[in-house]
Amino acid sequence: MSDYSKEFLQSLYRTMVRIRVFELKAEELFLQGKLPGFIHLYIGEEAIATGAMANLRKDDYITSTHRGHGHMIAKGASMDRMMAELYGKKTGYCKGKGGSMHIADVSIGVLGANGEVGGGLPIAVGAAMGLKMQKKDSVVISFFGDGASNRGSFHESLNWASVYNLPVIFICENNQFASTARFKETTSVENISDRAVAYSMKGITIDGNNVLEVYETVKEAVYRARNGGGPTLIEAKTYRIKGHFVGDPMLYRDQKEVEEFWKKEPIGRFENYLFENGFMNNQEKESIWQEANKEVETAVKFAEESEYPEPKEALEDLFENDTGYDYF
Amino acid sequence: MREITFAEALGEAMLEEMERDPTIFTYGEDIAKQGGIFGQYKSLLGKFKDRVIDTPISEEVIYGSALGAALVGMRPVVEFHFADFIFTGITSIVNQIMKFKHMTGGQGKIRVVLRGPDGVAKSAAAQHSESIETIFMHIPGIFVVIPSTPYDMKGLLKTALRCDDPVIIFEHKMLYKIKGPVPEEEYFIPFGKADIKREGKDVTVVATSRMVHESLKAAEELEKEGIDVEVIDLRTLVPWDKECVINSVKKTHHLVIAHETWKRAGWGAEVAATVQEMAFDYLDAPIIRVGAKNVHIAFSPPLQDYIVPDYKSVIDAVRRVLNV
Repeated sequence: MSDYSKEFLQSLYRTMVRIRVFELKAEELFLQGKLPGFIHLYIGEEAIATGAMANLRKDDYITSTHRGHGHMIAKGASMDRMMAELYGKKTGYCKGKGGSMHIADVSIGVLGANGEVGGGLPIAVGAAMGLKMQKKDSVVISFFGDGASNRGSFHESLNWASVYNLPVIFICENNQFASTARFKETTSVENISDRAVAYSMKGITIDGNNVLEVYETVKEAVYRARNGGGPTLIEAKTYRIKGHFVGDPMLYRDQKEVEEFWKKEPIGRFENYLFENGFMNNQEKESIWQEANKEVETAVKFAEESEYPEPKEALEDLFENDTGYDYF
Repeated sequence: MREITFAEALGEAMLEEMERDPTIFTYGEDIAKQGGIFGQYKSLLGKFKDRVIDTPISEEVIYGSALGAALVGMRPVVEFHFADFIFTGITSIVNQIMKFKHMTGGQGKIRVVLRGPDGVAKSAAAQHSESIETIFMHIPGIFVVIPSTPYDMKGLLKTALRCDDPVIIFEHKMLYKIKGPVPEEEYFIPFGKADIKREGKDVTVVATSRMVHESLKAAEELEKEGIDVEVIDLRTLVPWDKECVINSVKKTHHLVIAHETWKRAGWGAEVAATVQEMAFDYLDAPIIRVGAKNVHIAFSPPLQDYIVPDYKSVIDAVRRVLNV
C-alpha cells in the first residue's frame, strides 16, 4: 500500500521524535528556571515541519515563526547550538543575542525564526525573488500561523508572489490559536486556503497531523515552484497542544479539549501506521527515542558547559564592518 | 567641471554600479516605466529591464523582501516613494532589516539600500512632506545618509552601493533639480565624514539637506553685516562626524544647528547634547536649534512657510547666538 521505503518512513518518524524530545526538554528546563526569556513550543505540530522539509534540499530556504524550533531541527539545525541559544550562551546560533525566537542559520537556508507574527513572509518572497533573478532552481517555504494570515504582510506577500510568479510555498500552520485568540473568532474564513483564490494561486487545506499528507502536498507544491509554476498556499490544520508560551495559564480553553487533541497528535498516529504496516518494530522505536534523548542530553550538556558571552560582546555584530559607528 | 543635477548624479551612480555589479537591482513604485516621479531614475529608463522593477503598493513587502533578497546574495535598492510612506511598512525596516544581523549573531550580509524623496515640497501637505531621518538615527542598525549636493549624492550613493550593511538615503524633493559640479572620474564619499561647505570664524552652523543651502544663503546675507559663518554639512547622521563639529566649535565658540525636521527631539538635539558633553568649555553662548515647529506640515502656503524653517530662521538664530 505504500511506495515509501522503510528508511524514509523511519526518517520522518525520527525527525518528529527529535523535535518532540527537544521541546519537552526545553519545557522542562524552562520550568526549572534554567532558560531566560520565554519559549513557544511546537508540540503537536511536528508533522508539518517534518513532512514539508523532507522535500527540501540544502540550498532551499525557509522562513520560520516564533514557534520555530521544529522547523530548525527539520531543516538540519544542530540541537547543540539551538540549546545553547536558549540558554543565552555564546556558542548558540545567535551568540546569545537572539534567543529562541530569532534562531537563524543562513548557511543551511534558515532565514530566521521571527518574533513578529507574519514577519517572515515578506522575507521569503524577497529570497524567492533573488533566487529567481539568479536563475537558481531553489525554492522557499514560508511558515506562519493562522494569526499571521490576518496580517497585511500575508496578503501583500501572496499578491507579490503571484504577480512575480515566485518559487514560494506558503505553509500556514493553523493551530487554532493566535496567542490566546481562537481562530474561529478572529478570522473571516473557515479555511485560510480559501484566501488563495484572491491571489490566483492554488490553495489547499490538509490534515497537518498526518505527516505523509503534508509530505505529499508539499512535494507537489515544491515541484511546481521549482519548475516555474509559481506559489502555492497550503493550510495545514493542527492543534496547539501546549499554551502560547510555557507558563501560559490557558484560561481561554477547556482542558478536555486539549485531552481530545492529545489523542490525535501526529507522532502516535504515525507510529500506529508504521507498526500496522510493518515499517517499524518496538525495538526500532525504542532505539529512535533513545537516540533522540541522548542527542538532547548532549545538547543540554553542551549548552550548560558553554560560556556566557562577555557583556561587551553585546556591541558586536550590529554591522559587518565597524565603520566608526557610535555605540555609546 | 561639468554641472549636472542632483537627480542626474543619483542616476549616474545607479547606472555605473549596476553595470559593474549584476547583483544590484532596484524596485519601488513608479520607477521603471516612469523613471521616478521626480525624474530621479530617468537614466535607467529602458535599461536593465529585469533589474528595474515597478512594484505593487505593498510597503511591508517592498522593504521585507529586500532583506530576503540580500540574504540570498542580491543587493536590492529600494525606493520608498515618499519618506512619509515608510511608516506603512516600517516594521520590515526596523524589526527585520535593521535587527537581523545583530539578533542572529552576525549572520548574512544585509546589503540593502533604501532611498527616496523626503522633505517639504510646495504645499504637498502633511502626508507628503515629512523629514523623518531622526527616527533612523535613534534606532541602531542602519547607516543614515542625507546629501545636499549632486556631488555628495553621487559619491555617497556609490559608497552605499558597495556597503555590506543596510543604508537609508533621504533625498530632499526640492534638491532633485539643483545643479552642481560633479567630476567625470569615479569617486566615493565615506560615511561619517562631514563637509565644511563654507569656512568661517564667528559661528558654526551644522545642517543637512535643504537646510545646508538655506544656511549658505543666510551666511551670504550675514557676511554683509560682517558676520563670518561656518557651514558644516553632516552628510551622514549615522555615523555623524563629531570631530568636525567639535573642532569647528573650538574655533567659533558658537553653534547653531539647522534641520527641516521638527525641532523637538530632532537630530539637532543629539548634536547639541554631544557638543555640550564634549566641548562645553569652548561655548560662549547656549546652542540654538532651528527646526520645524512641532506641528504637521500644513497645506496653505503661508501656513507651510510659517512651520518650516528657511534662511531667515538661520539668520535669526545666528544673531541670537551672537547676541547681535
